[in-house]
Amino acid sequence: MKIVVCVKQVPATTEVSIDPETKRLIREGVSIEMNPFDTYALEQGILLREKHGGEVIVLSMGPARAELTIRESIACGADRGVLLNGRPLGGSDTYATSYILSQGIKKIGDVDLVICGKQAVDGDTAQVGPGMAAHLGWPQVTYVSRFVESGPLELKLERMHENGSDISLVKLPAVLTVLKDVNIPRIPTLKGRLNSRKVDITIWDEKDLETDPEKIGLGGSPTRVVSTRKPDARDKHTIVLNGSASNSARELVQILKSRIEL
Amino acid sequence: MKLTDTEIADNYNDVWVLGEVVDGQIHKVTLELLGVARKLADKRASGNSKVVCLLMGNKVNGLEKNLFYQSADRVIMVEDESLKYFNDLIYAAVVSRLIKKYKPEIVISGATSKGRSLMPLVAVQIETGLTADCTGLDIDEESGLLLQTRPAYGGNIIATIKCENHRPQMSTVRQGVFKAVEADNSRTGELIREGVLEEEKQTRFTVLSEESYGEDSKISLHDANIIVTGGRGVKSPEGFKIIHALAESVRGAVGATRATIDSGWISYSHQVGQTGLTVQPKVYIACGVSGQIQHLVGMQSSDFIIAINKDPDAPIMQLADVAIVGDLFEVVPEITKLMSN
Ligand SMILES: Cc1cc2nc3c(=O)[nH]c(=O)nc-3n(C[C@H](O)[C@H](O)[C@H](O)COP(=O)(O)OP(=O)(O)OC[C@H]3O[C@@H](n4cnc5c(N)ncnc54)[C@H](O)[C@@H]3O)c2cc1C
Ligand SMILES: Cc1cc2nc3c(=O)[nH]c(=O)nc-3n(C[C@H](O)[C@H](O)[C@H](O)COP(=O)(O)OP(=O)(O)OC[C@H]3O[C@@H](n4cnc5c(N)ncnc54)[C@H](O)[C@@H]3O)c2cc1C
Repeated sequence: MKIVVCVKQVPATTEVSIDPETKRLIREGVSIEMNPFDTYALEQGILLREKHGGEVIVLSMGPARAELTIRESIACGADRGVLLNGRPLGGSDTYATSYILSQGIKKIGDVDLVICGKQAVDGDTAQVGPGMAAHLGWPQVTYVSRFVESGPLELKLERMHENGSDISLVKLPAVLTVLKDVNIPRIPTLKGRLNSRKVDITIWDEKDLETDPEKIGLGGSPTRVVSTRKPDARDKHTIVLNGSASNSARELVQILKSRIEL
Repeated sequence: MKLTDTEIADNYNDVWVLGEVVDGQIHKVTLELLGVARKLADKRASGNSKVVCLLMGNKVNGLEKNLFYQSADRVIMVEDESLKYFNDLIYAAVVSRLIKKYKPEIVISGATSKGRSLMPLVAVQIETGLTADCTGLDIDEESGLLLQTRPAYGGNIIATIKCENHRPQMSTVRQGVFKAVEADNSRTGELIREGVLEEEKQTRFTVLSEESYGEDSKISLHDANIIVTGGRGVKSPEGFKIIHALAESVRGAVGATRATIDSGWISYSHQVGQTGLTVQPKVYIACGVSGQIQHLVGMQSSDFIIAINKDPDAPIMQLADVAIVGDLFEVVPEITKLMSN
């Protein structure tokens, strides 16, 4: 089985600051990590390889330093990694990002399965996985919570939704997005760490990927972030009750009863 | 596909809501979206923007009436056996084909697991942009464009997003953000029927069976007038007993923070917040909850917020209408006792 796991490098904290002058997000000097949801995608890729053989290729689009995240994935057990990097790729929205990643998957070639995390903790859209499925014309299975059965040609999967779950069958090649219910990710071994330093990371830019210049980067993105701000703190008067438990309870119940009657 | 200004002005008009059905009923979020769709359509200067609901399923006939009552001008109904289960690929193929046929200007859907699976497929198939998980939608008076507001970075940032040169402008919207309009039983509208093409039914994906959680599901949280939420302050699964008791005494539902779910004290279906539910009850009672931004985004539009916390400086205490400084193990049973009388 040839498995591609998509991992995104994200800021290690979602605390962000906005430059008061440019109104842009300040990204400099923020420490980075692998998108936590992608660790489950990676583990699932490794588990499937252990069962069916084949290889796990980690694919990431991002700045040069995203190579660190790819090496970390290799330390955990991925076989090799591909970084999609180039100035014209920057500023892509989910339409463009999923297009670029799908070009990477086509160039890797003969891929059976693409596994993504549920969502990235920074952009938070959960749109890149389905976007890739659409660009590739492959079936997708989102919010996968359990691998019921896996064979080299098809997978039986459990999906979660708000009111329940379902069991489905998908023929490969396909794109999956997985929840953290699917497995418990392993941590890198010492041998893995040593190996991850030696492996060559493949780097492709927009020319290698033969991307349509109209579909990448800021210019190729249908959506545009026009402004960002900090959330408003609700500016209001709070009634503070700090007496004994029974007094506070009594006062509250009076207020509460008047609210319920309204 | 990038469009020119005249192509956009000449062709794209209506505001579409992708309707969702649960257990044979119209999903609450669909009604909320019809409410905001009405506002958006009325704000369009062209004056001929209609509110259209696309409703798909295998037993949806008859549900159109409610959609008209809740401000739809037109309902496009696709009733087919193949839509019984949620097969994203069949749904997406139909939605994409109908969008190309009718050319709506705006398409919105609930940010439910179905909406979040279907909409990004459709957006790429018809080559347009999609804004995720919106908490605000408005029309820019000058340009007539849809202004889409959404939290990102775990709720630490609020971004406004536009889709200028592609149509339709698409967004998924969280449940509980907008309010449904009062039902007007005298309203009617136009019903159009569409079908599923044979080739659209041929997919490499099949849903074999479906299981519903029934009662103890998130819906009850959405419908509750009062929600009592336990945070890490309840300390253990047993600690949730006093939370349940209070909820019972006020006929409310039980909510929880992610910290308690991660600790395995209560099931995920109770989670309120960015990665759980957005709720908007009349009264929200937060017990032993600190009030981190990811929790607040899920409950801050509640009408009335009560916080019980040992720490007077916990962020939730600033947001609350009533802040009780004290030990929840003493205060909560007192409230339950008084409410039960
Ligand atoms: C404040 C803000 C708001 C935004 N809102 C929107 C919006 O509403 N609509 C929109 O189209 N764009 C939006 N964007 C742009 C979007 O964040 C980027 O396109 C981003 O590269 C991908 O989206 P995501 O982070 O939401 O990923 P998600 O779709 O949440 O990621 C899902 C999975 O896809 C894979 N994946 C995602 N990105 C990569 C990558 N670079 N390399 C490898 N694998 C990856 C991972 O497996 C990940 O778990 C926004 C950006 C900002 C800064
Ligand atoms: C990407 C992301 C998504 C997230 N999504 C969500 C989400 O959807 N929902 C969510 O809730 N969280 C979410 N979180 C987690 C969130 O950041 C917080 O960690 C979480 O909400 C904290 O839960 P808590 O308030 O129960 O716990 P804590 O922050 O530990 O607070 C416990 C509070 O209880 C008080 N307390 C302790 N003992 C007592 C007592 N005896 N009496 C009274 N008060 C007491 C303490 O003073 C404290 O204020 C998310 C985080 C991330 C990074």
